[in-house]
Amino acid sequence: MTEKITAQDIRSQDQALLKDIEDALANCMKCGNCMEVCPLYKEIGRENAVARGKLSLMEGVLKGVIPLSANFDTAMAKCVSCKACAAKCPCGVPADDLILRGRQAIVKARGLHPIKQKVFALLKNRPLFDFSLRMAGLFGPLSFKKLPGKMAAIARFPMPGMDKRRITAPFASTPLRSQHPETIKVDKPRLKVLFFTGCTINYIYTDIGNSVLNVLKANNIEVTLPSLQHCCGTPVYMSGDIDSARVLAKHNIDIFSETPCDYVVAACGSCAEAFKIEYPHLFADDALMTEKAKKLAAKTYEISEFLVDIAKFDRSKLGKVAATVTMHDPCHMARGIKVTKQPREILQAIPGVTFAEMKEPARCCGAGGSFSLANYELSRKINDRKVADIASTKADIVATSCGSCRMHITDGLIQNGMTQDSLHVIQLLDQSYQAGAK
Amino acid sequence: MEKKLLDSLTAIVGKENVLTTQEDLYSYSYDATPGHAHMPDVVVMPANAEETGKILALANENRIPVYTRGSGTNLSAGCVPTKGGIVLLMTRLNKIIEIDLENLVAVAEPGVIVADLNKAVAAHGLIYPPDPGTVNTATLGGTIAENAGGLRGLKYGVSKHYVMGLDIVLASGDTMTTGGKNVKDVSGYDMTKLFTGAEGTLGVITKATVKLVPAPEAKKSMMAIFKDLDNAGKAVSGIIAAKIIPATLEIMDNATIRTVEDYAHVGLPLDAEAVLLIEVDGNPTVVEKEAAKVMEVLTANHADSVQIAKDDNERDKLWAARRAALPALAKLRPTTYVEDATVPRNQVPAFLRAVSQLAVKHQVTIGTFGHAGDGNMHPTIVCDIRDSKEMERVQKAMDEMFRTAIELGGTLSGEHGIGLGKLPWMQAQHGPVAMNAMKSIKRALDPNLILNPGKLIGEC
Repeated sequence: MTEKITAQDIRSQDQALLKDIEDALANCMKCGNCMEVCPLYKEIGRENAVARGKLSLMEGVLKGVIPLSANFDTAMAKCVSCKACAAKCPCGVPADDLILRGRQAIVKARGLHPIKQKVFALLKNRPLFDFSLRMAGLFGPLSFKKLPGKMAAIARFPMPGMDKRRITAPFASTPLRSQHPETIKVDKPRLKVLFFTGCTINYIYTDIGNSVLNVLKANNIEVTLPSLQHCCGTPVYMSGDIDSARVLAKHNIDIFSETPCDYVVAACGSCAEAFKIEYPHLFADDALMTEKAKKLAAKTYEISEFLVDIAKFDRSKLGKVAATVTMHDPCHMARGIKVTKQPREILQAIPGVTFAEMKEPARCCGAGGSFSLANYELSRKINDRKVADIASTKADIVATSCGSCRMHITDGLIQNGMTQDSLHVIQLLDQSYQAGAK
Repeated sequence: MEKKLLDSLTAIVGKENVLTTQEDLYSYSYDATPGHAHMPDVVVMPANAEETGKILALANENRIPVYTRGSGTNLSAGCVPTKGGIVLLMTRLNKIIEIDLENLVAVAEPGVIVADLNKAVAAHGLIYPPDPGTVNTATLGGTIAENAGGLRGLKYGVSKHYVMGLDIVLASGDTMTTGGKNVKDVSGYDMTKLFTGAEGTLGVITKATVKLVPAPEAKKSMMAIFKDLDNAGKAVSGIIAAKIIPATLEIMDNATIRTVEDYAHVGLPLDAEAVLLIEVDGNPTVVEKEAAKVMEVLTANHADSVQIAKDDNERDKLWAARRAALPALAKLRPTTYVEDATVPRNQVPAFLRAVSQLAVKHQVTIGTFGHAGDGNMHPTIVCDIRDSKEMERVQKAMDEMFRTAIELGGTLSGEHGIGLGKLPWMQAQHGPVAMNAMKSIKRALDPNLILNPGKLIGEC
């Protein structure tokens, strides 16, 4: 009674999964300009590492020449989603989005990788996810050895999915949102904002989160940290699991739309990009949700962008921070939400800070979210170039706007025997307000 | 490919440098030329000349076609493996071996990116002048094999004017050296020039000695807008007749102007028939004098407006229009053919007219821009390769375009090479005797016809 499934059936199914992007793929004229800017191509040197090659593979599937194979999957996975190819493309081909579509096709055709299935299932279950990461914070010191000085730790025992040499940050013993009341009141607030903390800031880099709260307080802005907020969904979206991404997005859209506020802020380029760009795109088939997502997107700002463009942060209370600072622009800041001027304006407003621009500040640091978990060697090679650029500025501090970049850069600095510290832009601003209050 | 052969290749270069999966092979089936994809049987990445020699010897013995490849940015299908066989990927040979400041030459391996070579020599106040549009991605070996040119070709020429010596692996696997660091070298046939621009049909370049020139101290850019194409043509001839050789002298036709303006809003008048963009470079005093003279010639030839850049910022603004030409055209339709039919520079207006007429006649979209100073035009045809009716019209237009260029005393290629893309018109340009002479050279150096077979001079 079972119908025989032929190779042809599988092929046509594969092709159907990519059919709607056929025109977008055809626009790639294969000039190869993406080779100049692709951080992975620089390290791997093979055609399917670069956007031109990946787009061609998708065309190959559409033409029925190659199947949606494990090799295809591997090729699509080798991308840090830094968007440099799309920014460079003379034909305006959104290669980064198309590569995500390649990943989505894989997920639809072959299912999600079993490890990812488990992780994403955990991620979608908010209370369980919260519980697990709290436990990681409580029992973290047992498994991670803290390195002196910096927010840096190294695993004591081999950990699945993690290179044993890799230096990470310890999980917080108390997550950010548990350290504070849901709403932090100020006298006669000039603005009310909701703070989307994102997972990294809530569970790991609470120092960044606390700096954000301090800075907003110093500017007389009331902050609410909605307790039911959840992961922005970028990691799952980047893996091609669009259904899970939708679940997370819908949850956040509902929570943040229903809590009254003037603005929503995030202190991470990727989270801000999720709210501002990805969410409105995720519900193309649902007019009501699209409308809601668009409204939310319009009032969401990355913290530097918010402080400079909207809140016009108070410069009169800034005290001296004596440091030479360079700036790494996270990919999703530079090419995603296109915010690069504002973080610099903040750094340059701090008395005592000497700003030293590095070569190619917007070149990917190699973190790429979970990319560096799966491809540690490769992500380290990309990072070595970043670290060399940092070294040549003679800066004491590398400022950035993304926890994932901060972690990867810290790892790179320590691995290369360098003593610089890596901080979020807002941490330096917080230091300046504190110096001014003394 | 037989397992025995794959094993032999693996023994030469190591397992990780032999690619055989379907996906890898598909990734090396194309270059930047539309419509010529073909899968190879294997991709091999040698580390040096010695390994290259062994691969070629093996291929020669077994009559396997070999397609040498760099970054694959060709615009004439030069490295598409049309008969399967081996794609010989040279990107691992990527060392700059020497920058010799006393002789003003650089010695480098073929996989070096041209822009990287330029960055390295810029530190010494020098340039390697060939600068094709893909200078940031194209390899030195590829640009030499294709005899690539670029924007400053009028004053500085193309690749062959800078290649002084080559290390070559012949089809047999034997290696030889041509030329060297001697500025004057008339010993024997000019083998260096023969292999430069041979498009990988005669041998494989494993090392190149190239001439460097002092970087110009100053530059000055001007843009002139012409309502009348003939006046623009006269201005081009006038500048040269005034004994000024600009570094660049670019032209854009009306179709390109309209497309660029629609896309980049740089302030070009839509009714202009031509825009000229001129840059003089060199000694600061001479540059000022030459720029003034160019302005005079432009005015005398009834330019409707002329802008001169006072600083780098203004220079960038003037160049924005020219830089937008290809992207603007390429965005119109999915498929883009960037052709490079070239005519003597006094025939540029005639050629531009002919191209715009045949675009109307065959109902295809062609925007032409290019290097007016050296007659190297880039008629850019935008279409959709999936539409077979349209492609028939494109083929007819292309055929007429190349025949027109030849009739005007021109050539099929000023800098992109022949490959497969322009093969159909080679006989028309060179005639049977010259074609036979070229084929004799091919047969002498590559008797088993394994090197990039079927390209440049066709079947042999």
